[in-house]
Amino acid sequence: MNFTNFGRYILLLKSVFRKPEKLKIYLKEIAKQMDYVGVGSLGLIAIISTFIGAVMTLQIAFQLVSDFIPKTIIGSVNRDSSILELSPTISAIVLAGKIGSAISSEIGSMRVTEQIDALEIMGINAPGYLILPKIISGITMVPMLVIISMFLSITGGYLGGSLSGAVTPAEYIQGITTDFNPYTIVVALVKAFVFGFIITSVPAYEGFYVRGGALEVSQASTRAVVISCISILVCDYLVTQLLL
Amino acid sequence: MIEIKDIYKSFSGNDVLQGISGKFEEGVTNLIIGGSGSGKTTLLKCMVGLHQPDSGSVLYDGRDFTPMTYEQRIEVRKEIGMLFQGSALFDSMTVEENIMFPLNMFTDQSRKEKLERVDFCLERVNLAGKNKLFPAELSGGMKKRVGIARAISMNPKYLFCDEPNSGLDPKTSIVIDELIQEITEEYKTTTIVVTHDMNSVMGIGDYILFLHEGKKFWEGSNKEIAHTDIKELNDFVFASRFMKAAKDKF
Repeated sequence: MNFTNFGRYILLLKSVFRKPEKLKIYLKEIAKQMDYVGVGSLGLIAIISTFIGAVMTLQIAFQLVSDFIPKTIIGSVNRDSSILELSPTISAIVLAGKIGSAISSEIGSMRVTEQIDALEIMGINAPGYLILPKIISGITMVPMLVIISMFLSITGGYLGGSLSGAVTPAEYIQGITTDFNPYTIVVALVKAFVFGFIITSVPAYEGFYVRGGALEVSQASTRAVVISCISILVCDYLVTQLLL
Repeated sequence: MIEIKDIYKSFSGNDVLQGISGKFEEGVTNLIIGGSGSGKTTLLKCMVGLHQPDSGSVLYDGRDFTPMTYEQRIEVRKEIGMLFQGSALFDSMTVEENIMFPLNMFTDQSRKEKLERVDFCLERVNLAGKNKLFPAELSGGMKKRVGIARAISMNPKYLFCDEPNSGLDPKTSIVIDELIQEITEEYKTTTIVVTHDMNSVMGIGDYILFLHEGKKFWEGSNKEIAHTDIKELNDFVFASRFMKAAKDKF
């Protein structure tokens, strides 16, 4: 995003947070979006997190070949990697692809078919009605998905280690329960909150200002996913630098 | 009544509207006509606030719309109904939900009252019983009629129609034109129709404003339009062989 786009993005956000015309309708829309973002992404996040956890265990076991290092370390490393980095960041990047492209193409299609103009003519704050429910669902449901992802990633590590024999269940459990720092959860949730905002607001911006037809909508959708992913990685670095 | 005064609008140095003025009375069908690229849709968008004119003013019964704040504009927009070129129905909603949408947003009516209003609007556009259909299940003409039903659901004082006949067969076009005229006369709305359809011009054009290359070239009624000496207007009106033949005959 260049500075003009960034300025327009900020102005759009300003109109998103205007007072809703009717709270009841917005709440209904928020519930619908939470279902789509949260429940709708649960299966995908579960599969990805479980396999990433399992693969992590195998790879850590493969690299820790020294007899001087206890195998309980595998559990500890898997736990911290899952909580601090893999669950928030990988989940966010996957969700940027799934939800981000859907948001961008939905709003973009509404723009090119004059549905957004229709909302504005009716006297409805189109950015508020279309984008606010999506942002609220993003900042609430993405942290919840990340919590589930952390749990499943650690569980996946347990399953991967046990099934392959890379680490015994007892060693793995000892590893994940030793020297646990609850602050890592706070860091992960801050990341998830920021990522949830990016995943919903950036694609919404790209869709809202589409001009043209189907081709431009698809281009906006691609741009939305790319910019969201880059923003997620930059913010990942910044939040980690600030909080750890 | 809607009055526009000296509207100018340009995009990236390209002057699209150059000092357009006009008065659109209530209870009559006002038409803005012109060839493609003449600026008629831009003028319409300036009037409803989708574009901000570079200069000039738009007065809704004396209220100057152009300098209004966002909140002030909302109040005027509640009095506006608009039919879009592509109907602009919300894809994810049924016909009933589309028509009920502005009522949900801006009224405190009970669900029963709102449903009665929806049924009334659908009956008015001859689509009674189509409540549960989705826009994807409707034909082009039906979509336009649902668009009209949604536009009149809030009893608008001002009705704007952007190319209401585009993509429709001649018979359906006449049905839509007649519906717009009936609603205008029945509810005494100030109706402005942007079109380049000559059937509409001759059929419902009580007041016509002709634009050419962003300038107002002529204004008058459908009774006068065929008898002018303005070359640009004649080129537009008698562009088709049928209209030329009709002119020669009479």
